[in-house]
Amino acid sequence: MSPFFALLSRDIRLAVRAGGGATLALAFFACVVTLVPLGVGSDLHLLSRIAGGVLWVAAVLAALLSLDRLFQADYEDGSLDLIVLSPLSLEVSVLAKTTAHWLATGLPLTVLSALLAVLFDLSVKATGALVLSLLIGTPAVSAIGAVGAALTLSIRRGGLILPLIVLPLLAPAVIFGSGVVQAVQDNLANGAFLFLAAFSVLSVVLSPFAAAASVRLNLAT
Amino acid sequence: MLFELANPKRFMEVSGPFLPWLAAATAACLITGLVLGFSTPPDYQQGDTVRIMFLHVPAAWTAMMAYGLMAVASIIALINRHPLADVAAKTAAPLGAVFTTLGLITGSLWGKPMWGAWWVWDGRLTSFLLLLLLYLGYIALGSAIEDETQSARACAILAIVGAVNLPIIEFSVDWWTTLHQGESILRKGGPLISPVFLWPLLLMGVGYTLLFSTLWIVRIRTEILNRRVRTLMLSRAA
Repeated sequence: MSPFFALLSRDIRLAVRAGGGATLALAFFACVVTLVPLGVGSDLHLLSRIAGGVLWVAAVLAALLSLDRLFQADYEDGSLDLIVLSPLSLEVSVLAKTTAHWLATGLPLTVLSALLAVLFDLSVKATGALVLSLLIGTPAVSAIGAVGAALTLSIRRGGLILPLIVLPLLAPAVIFGSGVVQAVQDNLANGAFLFLAAFSVLSVVLSPFAAAASVRLNLAT
Repeated sequence: MLFELANPKRFMEVSGPFLPWLAAATAACLITGLVLGFSTPPDYQQGDTVRIMFLHVPAAWTAMMAYGLMAVASIIALINRHPLADVAAKTAAPLGAVFTTLGLITGSLWGKPMWGAWWVWDGRLTSFLLLLLLYLGYIALGSAIEDETQSARACAILAIVGAVNLPIIEFSVDWWTTLHQGESILRKGGPLISPVFLWPLLLMGVGYTLLFSTLWIVRIRTEILNRRVRTLMLSRAA
């Protein structure tokens, strides 16, 4: 097995097994989405209007939940040093870890969102748009989140600073992601979809460099 | 030239005598700008509230300029590993946050009579709120990492990531919705704004920029002195 896939499968196994937090992120997602109708009322018209935004915001928050441990756990037990020393360049290692995070969180969230969309009386077409937008947009959440995770990896309670750093940067993903759903609901031309894809590609390509630089500086001392 | 000045010792020597002149120029610009601003006729639509513009628009300009300068200082800090660039970037952030807040508050005060609400989810306002959050995240990250150089380098990376992302955020928010006044000064075919209002506005813009520079230099000097004090205390303790 190539080093990339070895790291990828190790991270996925760590995430899905006990204490990994991947299923907890899903439970958190479901909890937040359930609380929203309790707060805004049970009017299905209103709920189906806001469904795209609510599910997108909840998905971003749920993905953030497990991000703070992305590098921190490896940093604490020393395996991060070995990853840095390995022949695989750190940028590629970061990409492997980010991909693993997405496969363990972003992808299950996307699948679960199709089920939760039922609670919001989302039409079949709009549900399809939601699932597609999450499928395309959540890699950006993992990628940009990885930069935040790498920057805060040596900070005690870094998990509290991480959302403040990452959430403003994720504004475009939320805007375009929920925009995709709304455009389908309103039968409008769907420019948001292309912007979301562009944002996601850009994030996935550029973020590993920033994240790897941040990991290096944290290990330098 | 720039890098000669970038020596902390040299910087202290040059900036010290320069500072009172800068402060005087700031005061002159701001006072004349305000006097001119209050002597303009009231706008035919907005009445006297148009004068808020002289405080609001330059604050917004300065807030964006501060982020740009912070990003440039961060790039220099990362590439040249220059301590003064670290200090410059770190000290620009709280100033930028203050100018952003000032822009948001004056905008809100202007928005109430004009739009009928303290806050509307308009493109410019929203992207400024996000800019403020970016500044706050930067400040939080900087203060959370104890080691000085490590903190500076982490902040530099964050500032550069933010600078790459800022145009995208700006664009996405504009795409999302917009109600704000479009660009009316720097546009093809000349400014849309009457010269009676333009001159005080430009003067205030220069005044705000000078104010930012003055405060920035003061903050950089303070930080350098703080570090010297810390080094001296450490060497005495040893």
